Amino acid sequence: MLDFALKISVALFAIAIVLNLYRVAVGPSLPDRILALDTMYVNSIALIVLFGIWLGHRTYFEAALLIAMLGFVSTVAVCKYLLRGDIIE
Amino acid sequence: MIALYTLMEGIIAFFLIAGSIFALIGSLGLARMKDFYMRLHGPSKISTLGVGCVLLASIAYFSLLDGGPSLRELLITIFLFITAPVSAHLLSKSALHQKLERDPRTRGNPEELQEDDDERTLEETPQGSSKLP
Repeated sequence: MLDFALKISVALFAIAIVLNLYRVAVGPSLPDRILALDTMYVNSIALIVLFGIWLGHRTYFEAALLIAMLGFVSTVAVCKYLLRGDIIE
Repeated sequence: MIALYTLMEGIIAFFLIAGSIFALIGSLGLARMKDFYMRLHGPSKISTLGVGCVLLASIAYFSLLDGGPSLRELLITIFLFITAPVSAHLLSKSALHQKLERDPRTRGNPEELQEDDDERTLEETPQGSSKLP
């Protein structure tokens, strides 16, 4: 049962990431694209955690934590750049 | 013992399916909605919930594998729950700063999007030379 559920949830997350990629490509403005990238890193964290469950391995937890931190910092940096025209004043 | 394993497997499978459905609904909202202020709602509310469910499933799975509690995935959950509102706030501020177009059905009339006539008069007022040497 767990194998089946894992396959279904990996497929659903893959569809979600494809929808985010559509918004990155089409999105008419810059904040749209930033929002889509933000959602995409959150979904990729879930994909990595699912991969860790699939292998029964603990190594992938650190990768997910790193993606979470770097994704937040990059979103804030790009938003500050749009707001101020500069990141660190 | 076998009954416990079956029960835990059912709980883990439920959390996995629920989380992925939440994430799919959020991304569908991001792809389908009309303007940016509507699009901000879906992902910022739903995707953290979806990843939270998946991380709960991961906690349950590794606790079952070890025979003891393994709470390290809670770090990611707490981090995402803290940072998601901050990034959504910054995104909406930058969208208001860029004066993005909005759908006529989007409610609210924020200050930043109103047509301001005061700008012109401010520019035309004479600056006035300072009296100081």
